This record gives sequence, structure tokens and C-alpha cells, in this order.
Amino acid sequence: MEKEEKTNNLVLTGTPASPGIAIGKIHLLEREILQIKEEKLKPEEVEHEIQRFQKALDETKAELLRIREKVKKSMATEQVRIFDAQILIVDDHDINQKVIKEISELGTNAEFLYKKAVQETINRISASKNEYIKERVYDIEALSNRLLYRLLGIKHLTAATLTSQVILMAGSLSPADVVHMKKDKVLGFAADSGGGTSHVAVLAKALGIPAVLGLKNAFNQVANHQTVILDGDRGILILSPDEVTKKEYELRQNHILERKRKLTELKALPAETLNQKRVQLQANIELPQDVDSALNYGAEGIGVYRTEYLYLTESAFPPEEEQYRAYKRVLEKMAPHPVVIRTYDLGGDKFRHDLSESYEANPFLGWRAIRACLDLPHIFKTQLKAMLRASQHGNLRIMFPMISGVEELKKAKDILNQVREELRSQKVPFDERVQVGIMMEIPSACLVADSLAKECDFFSIGTNDLIQYSLAVDRGNARVANLYQSFHPAVLKLIKHTIDSAHKNKIWVGLCGEMAADPFATTLLVGMGIDELSCSPLAVPQIKKIIRSITTGEAEKVAEKVLNLTQIEEIKKTLREAYIKRFGQEELLCLN
Amino acid sequence: MFEKEITVTNRLGLHARPAARVVQTASGFKSEIRLRRDDLEVNAKSIMGVMMLAAEMGSRVLIRAEGEDEAQAVEALVGLFQEKFGED
Repeated sequence: MEKEEKTNNLVLTGTPASPGIAIGKIHLLEREILQIKEEKLKPEEVEHEIQRFQKALDETKAELLRIREKVKKSMATEQVRIFDAQILIVDDHDINQKVIKEISELGTNAEFLYKKAVQETINRISASKNEYIKERVYDIEALSNRLLYRLLGIKHLTAATLTSQVILMAGSLSPADVVHMKKDKVLGFAADSGGGTSHVAVLAKALGIPAVLGLKNAFNQVANHQTVILDGDRGILILSPDEVTKKEYELRQNHILERKRKLTELKALPAETLNQKRVQLQANIELPQDVDSALNYGAEGIGVYRTEYLYLTESAFPPEEEQYRAYKRVLEKMAPHPVVIRTYDLGGDKFRHDLSESYEANPFLGWRAIRACLDLPHIFKTQLKAMLRASQHGNLRIMFPMISGVEELKKAKDILNQVREELRSQKVPFDERVQVGIMMEIPSACLVADSLAKECDFFSIGTNDLIQYSLAVDRGNARVANLYQSFHPAVLKLIKHTIDSAHKNKIWVGLCGEMAADPFATTLLVGMGIDELSCSPLAVPQIKKIIRSITTGEAEKVAEKVLNLTQIEEIKKTLREAYIKRFGQEELLCLN
Repeated sequence: MFEKEITVTNRLGLHARPAARVVQTASGFKSEIRLRRDDLEVNAKSIMGVMMLAAEMGSRVLIRAEGEDEAQAVEALVGLFQEKFGED
């Protein structure tokens, strides 16, 4: 706890966990005092105690499964996985058996033994020097508290009972607490434990609710219904703020809201420059249900639908019928906008489980994506067949990943033609005009873009892999990750050459990958002549705003200047300055 | 018995979600599967055990399986680690 100078505000410092500002009354979650005592059981009580423990496990698991289903409907895969981990914890055979064994051997109560067993794991993890790993303790605590509340018969609070909007504060919050809350009743989250990368933070961000965690012992200093300011950007909680501070924060809050409102207004407007050059602004998705958020944020199509998630979630190749239903769902929802479905981009090691025994020292340079698909025609054909069948339900485009040269593209197209032929002979209807394109993510493909353009209908530049391959950098390796630079002149030259080659051959060219979502890259890419950008749904409004604020003439000048620069830092500086010149310093603060 | 040593290569290490993937994959095999890091050995089918390894990026983990499908089990887990659990 520290006092800020000049004012009477009491400022408690924690960790920024989800951005935004909330001003309102605190609502304390009163379930904090978890006093677990060791109690000795009478021999005849042992059997009942084991049953009581088993019942609490079953009920907690059932409850988590229900929450998981709810989350699955409204959130992305990453958030669903948080609950997978929670369910596995409650299901942990080793821990649960140990507790059951000790109940009967020691004749001690379940709460005490469970807490003891969990504490051992927590102590080990807490000893780690790695901050991110350490934060996993909160997941285990959240789950074990959930189970303990149930054993002790303490009702779990849900915000269903909240009648007015509040800032919710607890000693510790669990992922389940966060998704249980009624969104319109909770202005912000504050908790003593938890960190910036905890699952509570991930979920609060996904819900767009500001949060400050890791406030240490704030819970005991805050009175229920006290007015506070929660600053999720700076990670502070201001108790009893004075009028000046309150005014200041209200202004900032308005500015953020205004900006958000403006971005949503853009939803129905086209992504076109001031001089009416249209850029196709589309979204990347991984699961069929992600289409909803793509539409919500105003995407005009799907630039990449990554089908490998179908495989990864089921850990077996889904049958044709299942794939057909998934593709159909996406195509129907997105129609008349186009949907680019990318064929499996799986690494050799992902196939290994059922198909091969080989070990790869270097999977990124190994048997993956189109290479594996060409070797496994039955799997590849099943996928292509499902896609073509679904093509009747919308505007399908097929894309092959990891193409390195003309031969591979020709082979892939041959297989596609065989599938078409089979469907025709079986009188199965499909759209004959489906466009076929390729990912441009290997430097060799970019260099022979002119030849490839003669063999397909479109390109989509995959910058994540292109940067990694052209700069020979594995960005997962902390020692060299700083060498992974989207604005390396070589990367920009490869992109430019690819765009020019596409246009020379009268095909369109898009760009997916994180660069498409980088506000500093947008003007440059438009200036280089990109026809389509595909980014995460959340980034669509921001990128649309930039496109709608520039002219192609101005963008071309920026591109020309940048392409003549030789050093990454100069390029970044130029793009940053161009951005500030157009949008002002203030906008820069709003970028994450 | 079949064993292989791997290095954790995903940036965030073996945190909850990767640990969940390890347990889900390991549980699909009949063999007994153990993970070992330094002096700590745990059951690969127990998420608390896997999380207890606190294996951050760069740490070495020995995967050991014993049973009728031991080779496949080890290979499947090695694959998960190499694919960085689909994270980075």
C-alpha cells in the first residue's frame, strides 16, 4: 500500500490484468475465510466420509462441464481449454486416490487431506523461478477452493444475485467465477491473488471487462460498497478517490468508450480508402463458431479457415461427413462473402500418432502441410471432397499451405481434379468455379511467384512462417526471438515481389498472419498494392479504420520510402511517424 | 520399456493447458507413463503431477513408458512437445 503525493487518494498497486477503467462501488465476495481444521473421524464415519468426498468430486466435475459447455458457445478454443485443465484437476486419479486412502487409514476429514495433498503440488510449483509457471498455482487454488466450498457446504456466489452494477472483489477469483458473472452487472474485477497471465486475466480480457489482480492484501482494506476506481491499464485500485481524480478518470473512460463506439460504427462500412480503393478485409478463424465473431466485428469474408483444429480437437481425422458439416456451417453463415478454407497444415509429428513412427529433428523443415497431404492422398482427398460438396452452400475458395514450387502445386491440383472427376461421375453437385490458391510462406515460392501465379487463382501471404523461414529464426527460441522482425527489408521485398507477380498475372493477392493486424503495417501494405488483409476478428475494426483514413497515393509514398530503407529500425520509425502524423499521438496510447 | 528425452520448446513452458494436453494424450494409452525432470518423477496421466514438474522453456524432460503400447505412447507425447502444444 502506498500513498500518492498531493492528493488524498489511497492507491493500491496490483498487476494490470485486463485493460479499461471501471468506476463504481465494490462488492466483496464474502466467502473468503476458508478455515480448514483437522478432524478425527469415528471408525464408523469413514465410509460416509469417502462417499461425501466422492460426491463433492462428482458434483464439482458436473458443474465444470456445464460451465465448459457454456463457454464453448461464446468463447474461443483457448478459453475452453482453461476449463479442460480444471476438469482434469478435479479428475486427477493420483490425488483423489491418495485422499481416499488417507481418509480410511488416518481417519481424518476429507477437506483437510485434500488441501494437504494439493498444497504439495502448489509448493513445488511456487518454487519455480519462472513467473509464468508460478502463476499456474492460481488454477489449482481456484479448483481446490471450489471443491472445498462444496465439501464445507458454502454456497458459491454467482452474480445472479447482484442487483446493481459493481466492481467485484475477492481474495482470489476462479475462471469459473468470471464466466458465471452477468456481464452487464460487473464493471470490473479485483483480487488479491492472480497475475497478468492467469486464466482469470485471459477470460476478463475476452469478456472486455477491466481487471486488476495481485493486489496482495487489499481485500482486508476495502469496505463493502465503497466507491473505487479500478484502472486495468495501470494495474491500480484507487480507494475513495477525490473529485479531481474522479473527473480525470471519467474523461479517460469517455475517451475509451467513444473510441470503441466509433470502431463499432465502422462495422457496416466497407474497408475502402478515401479515394475509394476497396481492400477486402477478412478474418482468420479456427473453429466454425468463430464465424460469429468475424461477422460481429465487420469482416467481409474469411481469409483463412485453419482446418487442422478439426483434427487437433478430436485427435483423429474427422470423417468426410463431419468435415462437410463444419465447412457448410461456415460457408452458409458467411455467404455471400468468400471463405478461404486451407487444407490441413499439420506437422509430421502430429500425424505420427496414427500414421508414422518417424522422429523429426526439425519439424518446421520436415514432413508437414502439403508435403504430408501429397503422401497421404486418402486423407487429402477426403478433405477436398468434403470441401467441394460444401461449396454449394456459399462462396468457397480452396487454399494449399506450404507450397514451395510449381511441382507441388501441380500435384495438389491433380488430386483436386481427381476428386472433382469422382464427384461428377457420382453425380454429386458442387460449385465448378471454386477458386484455388496457395499460401505464400516459403521464400522459394515468393521468388518463383510469377510461375506459380500462372497456375492458380490467388495468393495469400502467410507472414508468420515467411518471416521465420526467410530470416532463419525460430521465434520460440528466446535467444534469437528478437531477430524475428516483420519489417526486415528482405521480408518486405519478398512481399512486394509476390504482390507484383500476382498483379502481373492478373490474380489477387492477400496477406494473413499477424502482420495483417499490425496497425503500423496497414498503410505500407495498401501502398504495396495488397488486395486483401485477413486478421483476427478483434483486429478488424482497427484495421478498417486505418484503411478508411488514408489515400492510396499517400500509402504508395510511404511504401516507396520504406522499400528504399536498409535497416529495420529506420523502417519502424518511418511507419510510426506516418501513423502519428495521420492519427495523432493520442491514438498511439489506445493501441495495445 | 521405451523412453525418450525431449526439451520443452514452447515459450510459456508446461503450464496448465499444455499439461492438460499431455494428460489427455497419455490417458489414451494403456502403458504406464512417467515423466522425469531432474530428481522429480511424476505420472503423465495426472495433471497435478505434470504441473508439479514446473517445466519451463528449455528444460529437459524424460518420457518413459512401460506396457503394450509403450513406443506409440512415447512418440505421441514427443510429438506434442515438438509441436509446442500448438501454442507459439
